[in-house]
Amino acid sequence: MSNSRLLSALTAVLLGCPAMPALAELPVARQKELVHLVRQDCGSCHGMTLRGGLGPALLPATLADKPAEGLVATIIGGRPGTPMPPWHRFLAEGEAQWIVDQLMAGFPE
Amino acid sequence: MTRIMQLFLSGLMVVLLGACSGMPLRGTGDLGLVVERASGHVTLVNTSSREAYARIGGLGDLSHASVVYSRDARYAFIFGRDGGLTKVDLLEARIVKRIMQSGNAIGGSISQDGRIVVAQNYTPGGIKAFDAETLELLSEVPAEYAPGVFSKVVGLADVPGNKFAYALFDGGEIWVSDFSDPKRPVTKRYLAGMQPYDGLVTPDGRHYLAGLFGEDGIALLDLWQPEQGSRKILEKYGRGEEKLPVFKMPHLRGWSVAAGRAWLPAIGRHEVLIADAATWKETGRVAVKGQPVFVMASPDGRQIWVNFAFPDNGWVQVIDTLTGKVVQSLQPGKAVLHMEFTPRGEAVWLSARDDNRVVIYDTKAFRPLGSFGVEAPSGIFFTSRAARIGF
Repeated sequence: MSNSRLLSALTAVLLGCPAMPALAELPVARQKELVHLVRQDCGSCHGMTLRGGLGPALLPATLADKPAEGLVATIIGGRPGTPMPPWHRFLAEGEAQWIVDQLMAGFPE
Repeated sequence: MTRIMQLFLSGLMVVLLGACSGMPLRGTGDLGLVVERASGHVTLVNTSSREAYARIGGLGDLSHASVVYSRDARYAFIFGRDGGLTKVDLLEARIVKRIMQSGNAIGGSISQDGRIVVAQNYTPGGIKAFDAETLELLSEVPAEYAPGVFSKVVGLADVPGNKFAYALFDGGEIWVSDFSDPKRPVTKRYLAGMQPYDGLVTPDGRHYLAGLFGEDGIALLDLWQPEQGSRKILEKYGRGEEKLPVFKMPHLRGWSVAAGRAWLPAIGRHEVLIADAATWKETGRVAVKGQPVFVMASPDGRQIWVNFAFPDNGWVQVIDTLTGKVVQSLQPGKAVLHMEFTPRGEAVWLSARDDNRVVIYDTKAFRPLGSFGVEAPSGIFFTSRAARIGF
């Protein structure tokens, strides 16, 4: 676990609110925007249901054996040699992390 | 019987016959449908009254769904992302037949003679041919470009001779399958280049073009002289400069040819490339607002309408083909995913996904003529496609 993840996990524990999702510092309105972005715009290659298309599936089962840090790096920096573009203009690293967490847990509708 | 009485009775008979069939007689030339990508519905529309007249659900995952029409322009064949293939009757506004033909599909096409519907698939990679009447499977061509290795198929288009041309994204090839015997297709392979992302057939059915993602250029196959193999056109259009990120793949189709030239989206450049449609040499390029997705000529070829990938997808620009200049920059709505011209081009319909709205523009005055609500609209498909090769 990276330091930042450890820190956010620790923060969550210290805040001690069980109903609060991980990385709750992301405002709900922004979370909604990110869900829309992933489903609609990432969805143009990965499929709106994230079952894959020109890009690979982004379902919990397909991501299970992939390290989260690598997935975050792919979102932020893109993947040269493939159509995956870098999203750093539109996403902060913490937001990419939030997206990866959600993808690995089962992405919200 | 008096003359008036005769007329009355024959009029009555027409009315009664109409009532028997449950609907007035009408043609389909001004009908079409709009895909609602998120809800698994299609909305049936009339381009004369500029209204929706019916809505049909239960079509599965329609993200990136595309549609082709039977040659009588009565039936729509809808290819869903989830591999669903649905045949819809535009007149009775109902599903005639629906099958699941693969796990992950990306569109389809219909043969020159209208008898064969072909779906192109990502998983398992390849194409499958179905009887247009019954949707019974006729044959399939797995895109196995090396032993045990399958490619995603893109850019499927019907070409003359009951053949279909398509490109292999992973295999870097163009394949042409001849369905003269629908149960025993014969396939020829041609080298294309790195990562073809979509393809088109010119309106005369002669040339197949595959846009390349992995390199600057477009692969061109002359279907009249296929033995010459494919060659590259617009090579190195990026001039070695670093590519801009592409947040959505462009789409190609035969609407790219207008005024004797082909108007094509550049990859990773905010430009429309222009090539002479006889020599295939570059004749110019037009700077536009973002990464072009659809570069679509009006039916008369006078205008090119361009929409863009995220984050510029609220814009649409219009290029005048006479001057090669952008003459309009419009903001028809949020996330404009697709455009479709009415058969003779007096209007263009645009889907504004994030406004949940279809907006209709006058192509002369560049003003909205009307709009109506549709849930997350994506593709708009009018029956005028039924008569065109490569659609």
